[in-house]
Amino acid sequence: MSFTLRVVLAVAAALGVVFLVETFQAPLVDNAQHGYRGVAMGQVSYKPAVKAQLAANQVPPPEDKQDPSGQPSSEVYQNVQVLKDLDSNEFLRLMSAVTTWVAPNEGCSYCHTDNLAEDTLYTKRVARRMFQMVARINGGWKAHVGATGVTCYTCHRGQAVPSNIWFDDKNSAMTHGLAQEGMGKDHPSYSGGLSSLPSDVFTPYLNETKDVRVISTAALPGEDRHSIKQTEWTYGLMMHISSALGVNCTYCHNSRAFADWDQSTPQRVTAWYGIRMVRDLNDNFLDPLASTFPKTRLGPLGDGPKLNCATCHAGANKPLLGVSMLQDYPELNGAGEAAVVPPPSTPTQ
Amino acid sequence: MSGYQNIFTQLQVRGPVYEGMPLPKGSWKRVGTPFYSHLAGLIGDAQIGPIYLGWLGFASLICGFTAFEIIGLNMFASVNWSPVQFIRQLPWLALEPPPPAYGLRLPPLAQGGWWLMAGFFLTTSLLLWWLRMYRRARALGMGTHIAWAFAAAIWLYLVLGFIRPVLMGSWGEAVPFGIFPHLDWTAAFSLRYGNLFYNPFHMLSIVFLYGSTLLFAMHAATILAVSRYGGEREIEQVIDRGTAAERGAIFWRWTMGFNATFESIHRWAWWFAVLCPLAGGIGILLTGTVVDNWFLWAVKHGVAPAYPHVFGHIVDPNTTQGAAP
Repeated sequence: MSFTLRVVLAVAAALGVVFLVETFQAPLVDNAQHGYRGVAMGQVSYKPAVKAQLAANQVPPPEDKQDPSGQPSSEVYQNVQVLKDLDSNEFLRLMSAVTTWVAPNEGCSYCHTDNLAEDTLYTKRVARRMFQMVARINGGWKAHVGATGVTCYTCHRGQAVPSNIWFDDKNSAMTHGLAQEGMGKDHPSYSGGLSSLPSDVFTPYLNETKDVRVISTAALPGEDRHSIKQTEWTYGLMMHISSALGVNCTYCHNSRAFADWDQSTPQRVTAWYGIRMVRDLNDNFLDPLASTFPKTRLGPLGDGPKLNCATCHAGANKPLLGVSMLQDYPELNGAGEAAVVPPPSTPTQ
Repeated sequence: MSGYQNIFTQLQVRGPVYEGMPLPKGSWKRVGTPFYSHLAGLIGDAQIGPIYLGWLGFASLICGFTAFEIIGLNMFASVNWSPVQFIRQLPWLALEPPPPAYGLRLPPLAQGGWWLMAGFFLTTSLLLWWLRMYRRARALGMGTHIAWAFAAAIWLYLVLGFIRPVLMGSWGEAVPFGIFPHLDWTAAFSLRYGNLFYNPFHMLSIVFLYGSTLLFAMHAATILAVSRYGGEREIEQVIDRGTAAERGAIFWRWTMGFNATFESIHRWAWWFAVLCPLAGGIGILLTGTVVDNWFLWAVKHGVAPAYPHVFGHIVDPNTTQGAAP
């Protein structure tokens, strides 16, 4: 072998090693059975990722319990529009908890001016609506959140703006003119697990009520005209759910018959309600807030921030790995707020 | 003995370069001055060239280049002519068929018209190349097996991009031109039509695909293993069976009771390779036209078994909550 050939081979081998190390993860994958044996219903997990997930989902300690003052918040404080019947001491406890959940660095002044009753700051007006939203989730969407429920921390995690939010994006980088128009796909899709599937699967399914179901329900052709292109959109939504929850398809579906409910897992029903819940929250809470937010908080096309599955789940199949912070703040369970925000009459839309 | 155990060909015969047999009247001139390459000789014939292009080859290349440019420039436009983004995003970029709303009508260029045009030129290019392979084989007095094997691949291509979309009445059913996009399309195709794995022609196609690799490995290994007895001179051994052929045959009779012959193994390989796209094309053609959900079809015909419901019966919330998307 000539010297040059050896050098070339050595460089190629070094590049090959770099490629292998960069491309593949170490074989530390666990597979837990999640369905009948032998039908490939398994949940794959990667040990280092599980460890990182545990660390990232630590729940802050609850605020100390307070002795009740005996007076509701609305009598002690002015301009209280939510949680009116809550004991004023409990109210104060909740306020300090919310500060650590949402604005730990900015403190009370993130939402309040010196006059606590004033609605001058947009943040306060948004926060009030957010309390109503939490009540709606915990009170009206038990089919999705169960008794675990949510608090501000589920999404905010110590940040004023949650990490996983989305805005309208019509891929403005496309060239106009004779070339083909953008079809909302064929670029790296971050919502679709880095596939070439549609990028903005949120607008049609989590903001509007576009048809998710594309798989034929009959063996032979009939009236079903769903196209392969439509299927790519549904596929993109499913990839979003998969990556937002850190699960594979078989967490909800038997992959041999994705459409068949009877072969699915109970989690698919929970997810079905989740999609409807996110629609409700985006349509009735987040969208109307667009006019309340300052321009800096709006998206490139002028719409307000909206939520998707990742906003709460952040890569975990249960947000905060199923720990219920609601137990420590039962006033957020929505029961007392039913008059303010009636739960949706039909959770289907 | 170890002289036979090499990855590369050890012997390179060198003589005056050979132009090939005289061409019939009216042919184009062959292109390029032939020369020897040691590296090429390691894996094949050391002589490079000349090439016979001919008008079929020339027209095919022009059409292929046109399709390549239409696809590539549309991809380039989709990243706003940014060379960096073009390279970074290349595997994701695509030229898409028209939206289904257009049916089989001619869409505007920006709405899939380019796709239709690229498809036309690519198809023309492939068909001209096919004709060229047929004509070159005839010019050499060969059989046309290579052209017909290529035709099997073209059949699958035509089913995917032309015949099936026409039967479905929508160009939108066809495959996009793009690296990842055509793969995502394939997955979406299987999803829409209820899992292609239950399509018997898909099953057959996989049998012939994997079967081809198995046959290829068995045949190549057999020939290499008997090359020390002159086994790589296969054609001689077909007519005048020597010890190489005998040993190869006895090996397979000993190990599995039956052996292909030095001649018939090539028919096995040809048919396995050709039946892979032939069967696959039939499977694609039936999807959506004759069968709309392969899983349900398989249940109907007793192919797909049922398994115990370990989670109990899961009910579609739509049926309990009223219809909703």
